[in-house]
Amino acid sequence: MTIQIHRLVLLGGITAMLLTSCTTVKEYQKNRLNDGEMTLGNRKVEKTEQSFQSYREGASGANGAKSGGGCGCN
Amino acid sequence: MKKLNLAILAMFAGILYAHAQSAADSSGYKNRKLQLEEVNIVSSYYHQNGDHAAVTGGIGTQRLTDLSNSIQVTLSKYDAHTRKHTWNIELGIDHYTSASSDNIDPKTISSASSADTRFYPSISWEMENKKGTTFGAGISLSHEFDYQSVGANLLFTQKTRNRMGELSIKLQTYQDQLKLIYPIELRTNGNNGNADEDDYGTAGRKTYSASVSWSQIVNSRFQLMFLMDAIYQSGYLGLPFHRVYFSDKSVHTEKLPDSRLKIPLGIRANYFLGDRVILRGYYRYYHDNWNINAHTASLETSIKLSPFYSLTPFYRYNHQQGAKYFAPYQVHTSAEEYYSSNYDLSGFDSHFFGAGIRIIPPHGVFGIQHFNMLELRYGHYNQSNGLQANSISLNLKFK
Repeated sequence: MTIQIHRLVLLGGITAMLLTSCTTVKEYQKNRLNDGEMTLGNRKVEKTEQSFQSYREGASGANGAKSGGGCGCN
Repeated sequence: MKKLNLAILAMFAGILYAHAQSAADSSGYKNRKLQLEEVNIVSSYYHQNGDHAAVTGGIGTQRLTDLSNSIQVTLSKYDAHTRKHTWNIELGIDHYTSASSDNIDPKTISSASSADTRFYPSISWEMENKKGTTFGAGISLSHEFDYQSVGANLLFTQKTRNRMGELSIKLQTYQDQLKLIYPIELRTNGNNGNADEDDYGTAGRKTYSASVSWSQIVNSRFQLMFLMDAIYQSGYLGLPFHRVYFSDKSVHTEKLPDSRLKIPLGIRANYFLGDRVILRGYYRYYHDNWNINAHTASLETSIKLSPFYSLTPFYRYNHQQGAKYFAPYQVHTSAEEYYSSNYDLSGFDSHFFGAGIRIIPPHGVFGIQHFNMLELRYGHYNQSNGLQANSISLNLKFK
């Protein structure tokens, strides 16, 4: 439990550092961010992989994929 | 099945033909007519094998093959207030064959669940205004022989004023119903002992989930996303044809609690390194009240061989601590209230690795102007309990 709290504090610290280092990016500077492979969501080609992983593993969610319903497998 | 495939092809051809008739808008004027944005076709083949099938109590073949196809059509239009409306219409079809499901009734040549086809249509709508606020809603259906599901969702997203961050909230529910198909030796007259399909009893399963995410641009090369879900399931959460063999060699059907709360927390980080490499990282911590704890991490590297061709090797690692209700073959005892020998709920490490190729030529794939993108991806998956799987997926995008 103590280790988990330490990990959370560490993760929170890293996150705070990253967010405070944010710089404003103008629209014309977003050519790299707008690249099709920079998308933060799932790509359509990953759909089957995420489905079978949610069936074959106990964990699911927090990845934008389905977290229930639609199949007797989960 | 053949008729259905032809119908999908006809629908797809019709959409492309209709799109070919509309003139491109290059004036900046927001066209208020409904327009086709893109059509995505995704096809996948998945094959697995192992020796821990839940149908046979944690022993026996897990051989399974799944062929899935889906078509997604995205349409959009602007209204009089310059709000963008987007509709996504999707139809998916999976066909699978499963050796372990065939062992529900091993005396038959092929039992009802040895092969099945699942249909899953869905439709969603989103409306985004000039202030960066989006509202959305969607419904989905899923049908297979022993399982029906109806889903609905609501979406709200808000971009920050400087367009550097975005908050997203999604509420979802799935209302499912499953047929109670028991292993042949556990059937009585009260639970489909006559083996007539109409005699199967049914049970319900409900899923409610709330997903919150925050995405943030850090600089012109780096962006992050934090994700948190809270998922609550209630009802019949096991499967009636999963056998459990107790230490006294008696056979039972899997019994699991009628509620489950899952809390996954995730972070994604994408970084554009130099001019040719994109690093896509992901980490998830997962905990639920069945005592499953899991850590998942993945890294995909996209290497741009040219502006139009990319190679994407990837690796994913998952470590899972098993559910407190799991035990292998002939380990559970009658003193336990809940029991399962489903290895999906056991403790294991898994590795998934492979590579993809993405092609986006400026004048279309194979010179076909509307054929915008082709992506092919192969992956090999293995678990420390012996399960091995391979998957290959193809995404064709038309614009």
